[in-house]
Amino acid sequence: MGFLDTILGRTKPAPPNLDNLFGLPGAALTLEAGTDFRPTGSGSVCFRATEGRAFSDIEKDVRDLLAMGGEKPPEVSTDSYGFTWLVCHHDPADASGLVTDLHAVNSSLELGGFGPQLLCTIMAFQDAGGRSLGLVYLYKRGTFYPFAPQSGQRRDNALELQIRGQIGDDLKVEPELNRWFPVWGAPGL
Amino acid sequence: MARTRYASDPGLIARMGATMFLLGLVFAGLIVGLFYILDLYSSRGNSGQTTSTTAWIVLAALIGVGSAFASYYWSDKIALRTSGARLVSPDDSQDAARLHAIVDRLCALANMPKPRVAIAPTSMPNAFATGRSSKVAVVCATQGLLDKLDDNEELEGVLAHEMSHVAHKDVAVMTIASFLGIVAALLVRFAFYSELFGGGGRDRRSGGNDQNAVPIVLIVLVVGMITYAISFLLIRLLSRYRELSADRSGALLTGRPSKLASALVKVTGEMARIPTRDLRTAEPLNAFYFTPALSNRPGQFSLNSIFSTHPPLEKRLKQLDEIAQQLGR
Repeated sequence: MGFLDTILGRTKPAPPNLDNLFGLPGAALTLEAGTDFRPTGSGSVCFRATEGRAFSDIEKDVRDLLAMGGEKPPEVSTDSYGFTWLVCHHDPADASGLVTDLHAVNSSLELGGFGPQLLCTIMAFQDAGGRSLGLVYLYKRGTFYPFAPQSGQRRDNALELQIRGQIGDDLKVEPELNRWFPVWGAPGL
Repeated sequence: MARTRYASDPGLIARMGATMFLLGLVFAGLIVGLFYILDLYSSRGNSGQTTSTTAWIVLAALIGVGSAFASYYWSDKIALRTSGARLVSPDDSQDAARLHAIVDRLCALANMPKPRVAIAPTSMPNAFATGRSSKVAVVCATQGLLDKLDDNEELEGVLAHEMSHVAHKDVAVMTIASFLGIVAALLVRFAFYSELFGGGGRDRRSGGNDQNAVPIVLIVLVVGMITYAISFLLIRLLSRYRELSADRSGALLTGRPSKLASALVKVTGEMARIPTRDLRTAEPLNAFYFTPALSNRPGQFSLNSIFSTHPPLEKRLKQLDEIAQQLGR
């Protein structure tokens, strides 16, 4: 925010940074090598659908685009905070195919002028013991953080910090811990 | 670069700029006027009188700077103390968790650092944000607001409005703007007391000079009163514009202007019915604001509308309607 924006009381919407998303397949490989966690093959994009027809049109375009790929069509759901989730499913071994799909969703939303409405993207992982882990990508920061939900709205902070050490070389990890916000009940996790 | 759907409102920005320019102009006018009066009187040989007047003016400016700075620097603590609000963490209660979750998402959407979150134990549905920078900012919702707005998206609209105040640095802007009013009010008070108590010993030496029949203190009193009146109206005007901007930014951030609109209707509907202040603590001036006879007549000029810190509900709803149309295009 510049000085003039402060004086005039306006905010520029935060544009998303989509490029870092392509670091995810590499991080998936690192996690497989260093830990027990494997991709579940599902990933989700979370965004805020705005009011009006313009957004519904784009939402439909996105769904059509993904359905064309011949994979399972993405599931659409809305959470209790009013955010829309598009969950894509892919072959668990094909991490880069999943990321390409997620990127397609993001870029069509951005092209439609709704880039500022993107909240986060999550790629889901699971270990042999059934613990789940999400790598959450924050569009506005261009950074990732691990999110390990446990039952009853608790998160496994120790595991999250351990994962941070693992993926630090592959991904830009969010340095400010107070921005690692929990996404309870995220679909696909 | 993808196109953007976030048009700013040039009219609102121009009006806000003009208001701030006028405030600056009044401030410059006050300084020039005071220097002119002092100069005029000292050239006529009333050095004793001008020295003491200069001392008051400097004192008023110093106290003004001091109190403005204190209210700026400790704005978060003062607001938390006076509202009786308590900082909460997500594990404290269901309400706290809900509030945190919404604030988390808004911060991620807007790319701003997360403010602290507080809940005030008041049944009046309301919310405020304060703090001199986004690092020490506090966003506070009353218990009444959390109960009244059971729809998460409505609550989110209100919080987005409050967080826009933080992003726009409204605490700093309004502190600087109201500095002028504080100084003018102090000047009036000092001039008034010195006229009341210091009047007896005044002007013995130059008593015969009838060109100076009007004592300098009276002139300072009048100048201070005029400045105060003008700056008061301008500050209130500026505050109403800042509210409209916060509505606008908040609605664009959530993408749901109509949710903010319905929250506004719910909250103000409730607030309008219940008086906010204890009758005994109400300032004497407040009685002056309420002019039901005037404001009830349609088409009448309403005193309420130029004195209030918030724009009328209809105006805010109209702006939100326009944003909703813009987003749908």
